[in-house]
Amino acid sequence: MKRVIEVESLVKRYHGAETDAVKGISFSVRQGEFFTLLGPNGAGKTTTISILTTTLSPTGGSARVAGFDCRTQQSEVRRRVGIIFQKRSLDQNLTAEENVRFHTVLYGMFPWRPAFRLMPKAYRERVGELAGILGIGAEMGKPVRTLSGGMQRKLEIVRSLMHRPLVLFLDEPTAGLDPQSRRNLWEYLRDSRERSGTTVFLTTHYIDEAEDCDHVCIINNGRIVAEGSPHDVKAALTAQYLLVDAHDRAGLREELRSRGVAFRETPLFRIELDGMSAHQVLRSIETPLTVVQTHAPSLEDEYLEIVGKVAE
Amino acid sequence: MTNELGAILMLANRDFLKLLRDRTRLVAEIVFPVIFIGALGGSLQANLGASLGFNFIAFTFTGVFAMTLWQTTAMGIVSLIEDRENDFSQEIFVSPVSRYAIVFGKILGETLVAAPVAVVIVLFAMVLGIQMTLGQLLGLILAGLAVAFFGGAFGILILGNLRHQRTANQIFPFIILPQYFLAGIFNPIAVLPWYLEVLSRISPLRYAVDLIRGVFYAGGTDPAPAVLAPPEVNLAIMTAAFAVFMVVGTALFVRSERNR
Repeated sequence: MKRVIEVESLVKRYHGAETDAVKGISFSVRQGEFFTLLGPNGAGKTTTISILTTTLSPTGGSARVAGFDCRTQQSEVRRRVGIIFQKRSLDQNLTAEENVRFHTVLYGMFPWRPAFRLMPKAYRERVGELAGILGIGAEMGKPVRTLSGGMQRKLEIVRSLMHRPLVLFLDEPTAGLDPQSRRNLWEYLRDSRERSGTTVFLTTHYIDEAEDCDHVCIINNGRIVAEGSPHDVKAALTAQYLLVDAHDRAGLREELRSRGVAFRETPLFRIELDGMSAHQVLRSIETPLTVVQTHAPSLEDEYLEIVGKVAE
Repeated sequence: MTNELGAILMLANRDFLKLLRDRTRLVAEIVFPVIFIGALGGSLQANLGASLGFNFIAFTFTGVFAMTLWQTTAMGIVSLIEDRENDFSQEIFVSPVSRYAIVFGKILGETLVAAPVAVVIVLFAMVLGIQMTLGQLLGLILAGLAVAFFGGAFGILILGNLRHQRTANQIFPFIILPQYFLAGIFNPIAVLPWYLEVLSRISPLRYAVDLIRGVFYAGGTDPAPAVLAPPEVNLAIMTAAFAVFMVVGTALFVRSERNR
């Protein structure tokens, strides 16, 4: 399938910063894919999204959306993307509906009219439909500043779905949402992806949100540390292995070699299980063992280990 | 193109709604110039006007009229920084609208914000006994529009060099206050020492004030001791400066938005 996002050796260093926020990352996203950039706070997720949506200049490397360069063909890129920002970006002086109207007029979807009732019927219906799905139909006429944080988040989601973008960027969209709204949002996104084939580019630090996607990149400290389908990444990250040792290390080494068991000395003997059961492997070894450890972490364990490295 | 026009109108619409919903600002915008004309113009007229044969109220009125329109749009544009600090500017800047349309929509919006204030100033001047023909009024409206746009372009030029609202608040008095005097809002500047003359000529507000006075005095019966240059000269200078401010200011602003 066609690649809709291509990022190559992308680097970003902010003014006055001593290190790069993004350190030469490369990845691509196929059209219609649900792509997740997973990583802890400060990993470089928002920086990457800002460059892809043309609101930030990269320091080096290249980024293309739908074949257009994010640095030199900004308006072509902007026409094709929609985004829900991590930081709330609503005009607090306007009503909820006025914020949505502002957006659709700026995107050239509808002509400008000074009041909601004067806007085209198609607009009024779509606002009603989306607000209904997110459960904020009754709030649309109220000033944004009177809405709760969760309501404001839903309003932003309504707004971003008004124009049907080729790529929808969601920068930690569920922060501040209650579980019910979170589920509604994912369900709506799944449906709308099936119907329109929109590519969804999600950033999150919740590992469970990445489980349903087609492709996940784990980013940490400005670098991509794992990539693939959630299944592959899970397999790579949560590799199960045995650690064994014996007084007679030479004998054990010889025995493992002769039985064709792959191992590494770390310095304990690390045997990748690769689908075999630990019991099977242990039964086949005759050299008396002094150490036996099994390693079978959950995805969350492994992820936390990666994340933990930043904190140190 | 219709997209750009819609965006300009929507941006302007937003600014105007914001003003209507901010009563304190609305009152402050109106009270300030009224104090200037009433207190300053009134006292100058009472103490000096009669003996010099010069109508200070008309002089101050035209000066304050120009200054208010110019300053309201100039400072209104700086609210784009406020948008940046509230993270709303990212919503504007990620949209597929040309940056010039954004800036122009903002200038138009701030012009709409300045309009009700201008109306109040004219009404107040009439209360104080300034008489105007319909021609003069029409001239003031058209010249006022030019002045507001010019102020907006000046605002974007300043904005392109600023990053924070706080810096803007600190810097604006230094940029605007001296121009009150160099542009001759309350004080005649027909004759100035050479160094003040130089400063006066590089003050954008001078041309705005002089355009308004040129239009006002041309249509009336009052003597025109205050007008420095014909309106067409002022208009030509303002048009050229508007173009330069817009291009340079927009480029600087967009660069500072993206090159963080």
